[in-house]
Amino acid sequence: MTSTSVETAQAQGAADGTLPVTQDHGRFPRNPGMPLDLDVVASVRVNTSAVERRAATFGTRRSVKKDHQAAWLLRAISLMDLTTLSGDDTKARVRRLCAKARHPLRDDLVEALGIADLNLTTGAVCVYHEMVETAVAALEGSGIPVAAVSTGFPEALSPFHLRVKEIEESVRAGAQEIDIVISRRHVLTGDWQALYDEMATYRDACGSAHVKAILATGQLGSLRNVARASHVCMMAGADFIKTSTGKESVNATLPVSLVMVRAIRDYQAMTGQMIGFKPAGGISKAKDALVYLSMMKEELGRDWLEPDLFRFGASSLLGDIERQLEHHVTGRYSAAFRHGIS
Amino acid sequence: MTIAEIFETMDYGTAPESSAMAQAWLDRHDRAFGHFIDGAFTKPGKARFDSLSPATGAQLASLTEATQKDVNAAVAAAARAQKGWADLGGPGRARHLYALARLIQKHARLFAVLESLDNGKPIRETRDADVPTAARHFYHHAGWAQLMETELPGYDAVGVAGQIIPWNFPFLMLAWKIAPALAMGNTVVLKPAEYTSLTALLFAEICLEAGLPAGVVNIVTGHGAVGSMIAGHADVDKVAFTGSTGVGRLLREQTAGSGKKLTLELGGKSPFIVFDDADLDSAVEGVVDAIWFNQGQVCCAGSRLLVHEAVAERFLDKLKLRMATLRVGDPLDKSVDLGCIVDPVQHARITRMVDQGVADGAVLYRADTPLPDSGCYYPPTLLTGVEAGSTLAQEEIFGPVLVTMSFRTPEEAVQLANNSRYGLAASLWSENINLALGLAPQIKAGVVWINCTNQFDAAAGFGGFRESGFGREGGREGLYEYVKPAWQKSLKDAPEAKPAKLVETGLGGLSGIDRTAKMYIGGKQARPDSGYAMPVVSPKGRLIGQVGHGNRKDIRNAVEAAAVALGGWQKASGHLRAQILYYIAENLSARAAEFEGRLREMTGASAKAAATEVQTSIDRLFTAAARADKYDGQVHSVPLRGAVLAMKEPVGVLGIVCPAEAPLLAFVSLVAPAIAMGNTVVVVPSEIAPLAATDLYQVFDTSDLPGGVVNIVTGHRDELSGTLADHYGVDGLWYHGSRDGSARVEKASAANLKRTWVNNGKALDWHNPTQAAGDALLRHATEVKNVWIPYGE
Repeated sequence: MTSTSVETAQAQGAADGTLPVTQDHGRFPRNPGMPLDLDVVASVRVNTSAVERRAATFGTRRSVKKDHQAAWLLRAISLMDLTTLSGDDTKARVRRLCAKARHPLRDDLVEALGIADLNLTTGAVCVYHEMVETAVAALEGSGIPVAAVSTGFPEALSPFHLRVKEIEESVRAGAQEIDIVISRRHVLTGDWQALYDEMATYRDACGSAHVKAILATGQLGSLRNVARASHVCMMAGADFIKTSTGKESVNATLPVSLVMVRAIRDYQAMTGQMIGFKPAGGISKAKDALVYLSMMKEELGRDWLEPDLFRFGASSLLGDIERQLEHHVTGRYSAAFRHGIS
Repeated sequence: MTIAEIFETMDYGTAPESSAMAQAWLDRHDRAFGHFIDGAFTKPGKARFDSLSPATGAQLASLTEATQKDVNAAVAAAARAQKGWADLGGPGRARHLYALARLIQKHARLFAVLESLDNGKPIRETRDADVPTAARHFYHHAGWAQLMETELPGYDAVGVAGQIIPWNFPFLMLAWKIAPALAMGNTVVLKPAEYTSLTALLFAEICLEAGLPAGVVNIVTGHGAVGSMIAGHADVDKVAFTGSTGVGRLLREQTAGSGKKLTLELGGKSPFIVFDDADLDSAVEGVVDAIWFNQGQVCCAGSRLLVHEAVAERFLDKLKLRMATLRVGDPLDKSVDLGCIVDPVQHARITRMVDQGVADGAVLYRADTPLPDSGCYYPPTLLTGVEAGSTLAQEEIFGPVLVTMSFRTPEEAVQLANNSRYGLAASLWSENINLALGLAPQIKAGVVWINCTNQFDAAAGFGGFRESGFGREGGREGLYEYVKPAWQKSLKDAPEAKPAKLVETGLGGLSGIDRTAKMYIGGKQARPDSGYAMPVVSPKGRLIGQVGHGNRKDIRNAVEAAAVALGGWQKASGHLRAQILYYIAENLSARAAEFEGRLREMTGASAKAAATEVQTSIDRLFTAAARADKYDGQVHSVPLRGAVLAMKEPVGVLGIVCPAEAPLLAFVSLVAPAIAMGNTVVVVPSEIAPLAATDLYQVFDTSDLPGGVVNIVTGHRDELSGTLADHYGVDGLWYHGSRDGSARVEKASAANLKRTWVNNGKALDWHNPTQAAGDALLRHATEVKNVWIPYGE
């Protein structure tokens, strides 16, 4: 499938009303994709040691303190895909998560921080397909989108037509964002056309729901492969590229993230399109969140500190941020049990 | 700003590091300091100068300008302490160095804050780079102290080291100077730069805490004149300097003929080379580390950006984008990338050079980087449209200013990189291992960083080629700058080199046909440019031959031939060079009787002595041949996933001025290791007994020695050595003559800072292999280049 057919499919979808079309696509037009350009893939160069050195400086070159730190942590909350992806998820569990997404901070803290007007919520709630309807209902009226992991998450080895079907089902159930998982074997075997076609098909199936491409970077073998896969997925129309499922043995890391955001910058230089980034898995400390925000600001700019271009995939990060914010307000170190669980 | 507002702007705000503890330390000293001499602080003197904060202009402390009397006291204290310190033994000294390393770590933040206050560099750098690297230097050299007796047998401490350090890395340079000196058993008198003396004074306090014996470390403060007093002091045995090439030249001239050991770590205009197959984004970060680290006030700053034409535009676009996110501001703010220029004088110099460059046609680019309203700040600056020969491309700016040019081929990149009088460092960016590793040896620089830049470690040597100075700091190679061979102290004065008086003219006494000894240049026999001949007279006054009266033009021709031959000869394998040296030995052996006769005739040596000299010369050739493929480099163990290759490279075109004595043996002992290591040489043979040398060219001609590798110019020793010392194309000069001649050679060498090895009028025992065939010669014949190669997927 080529970019033209992606656009056509989208236009048709809008025309015949089979897919939701009324969603807010953020501040910028969606990425229409472009024909697969193998020269771009072939020209990828990534020097691992140099990337690691740069990645190590994000935490040391910038430091946010006091009120600025509080504001940055609040920003992190607003960029969070509050997530539960567990075999033992139940409707009640998902409703509790959604309640937390609507109301991430204790009222007294909101008051003390002077941010009542922000109506702070998390960026989204992220669940499996089975929980989409429950989440959509629980979040009704909040404006918080529901993201569904899809396409045979996390391994993506179910029959292809079922993976496509799964997207369509989730979109029909009300998911506004679909986190697809790429077939790692296409990357590992260098079959970029197959990866492109797969991604384009998924994008097509998403209709107007935003699609995040999970690269499962911990299984791609090299940072060069991470960069190549990033480029191919963006060319095939991904709205976001995302590091990991959270189920690989190595998930989001700063070096991997740096390679992906540099690919985003190159894609913007090439096409003018702004692609979102979502690190997921392993980001559980407030300090880590600050480093990621700093990386986004340094590498891509202020625009990428909004939920239409950046998300954290996280399940336990919020708890640590709440504790830090309480410390900021009270001067006393906090404890987990003082904050509502998600 | 409210939190809600910051939530929108997402500004960083400020993250100031408190200076309270550093201020308290200054207050404890009443913000007035004397010197640190013989284990105690002296009272602040009458002549004082201020140490200012470049960020605020505030006076931090008042320092004492050292007088000659102060310097004398410091040197005397160091001299008194030296024997005891050396006699303490390596393990004893190791414990002291270890204690210093520990104390630096314990007081790390105080050092970091004080350094940032005093110098204006960002606290992030002093905290993450300067201070930890300094501590590492003391740890590493504690280890060398422990191992000195086993690792450097036969070497002694030099004595008292006078050390003069710059203001750009005040504390780190102190560590680089003091740690190896102390480890090897020397004591020191150190002068920090006048702008930045405070961390040195804090270090003095640490020496007291550590219980270092009095006099081992002495610190005197003041301006350049104080440095000159130290360097000129008769009881200083070694001078180590880091700073500008201009001052380095003055020190070379000042110490010429004094017998002092000298190391100079000077300026640079280091190339930063980006190939089309580089990871461009990482290379952009490399540029940030290369030229915007420490405000570009780094001797090895990658200040000349050379980009492959195929990616030049794209790369510069990326670089400009990156420049927009650099933050300049209060050095104590943990979120700034660049702090202050050290002093308004430097700021004015940078401004003047950039303005002139722009007036001359360079195109200036700066991002919209806000600068603080007051304080000594200069914005990150990129200059394009710079001509290779322009001042901007050739002179060190020593500020956050990058000039850029493009190249078409790897060959052109090397040409541009080497188109400089400097040769300190280079950074190469390519994902092609063949390209990167193939180019590293071709670049004239003491340090080559592949896909990285400004990496330093105590285990890897640092230092330059060409006018970036000589000597290495760090690593095994750095230790030799602070030791001398034990036999050196017993050397005797070189014999007078006066030719015997000619009493018997006419060559009638010769048997056979008259032979005309010519010069030997570029593999061909050459007549002297002067058209004059000089008599060679036997000790009894009989004319035994004539040689060409060489002049400066003959030297010029010989150097040219040596330079042409150098490329091929240094690339030739050690094995091939060994084969040729063995072949020379073989052919010399075949003509041993002839050479014995020649020696007897020229020197009046006994048959036995002449035979011994010839046989020993053959042995020297064998030793050099044996070494040709065995004087290996090292892989240094640095804290990096990768390798640091310490490669031994030939110095280049070497001038060799032979002593009067041992006319064959000294010639061979000097020339053989020089060419074994890949140098090409211009040799001035024994002035009074040159015929053994001129006879040798027929041996060379029959031994497959490529033309130009060895060139022989006969004539007056000191006349010819003067031309060699002056010659910009001569990279090194070995002089074995008189004391005065040694002084003249060292003084003249300041012009291009060529490496010199002079005998100061002392004769080596040419028959003693430890002196005349030892590793010291190989060290003089080579330079260590450290190539940093991080790796890993």
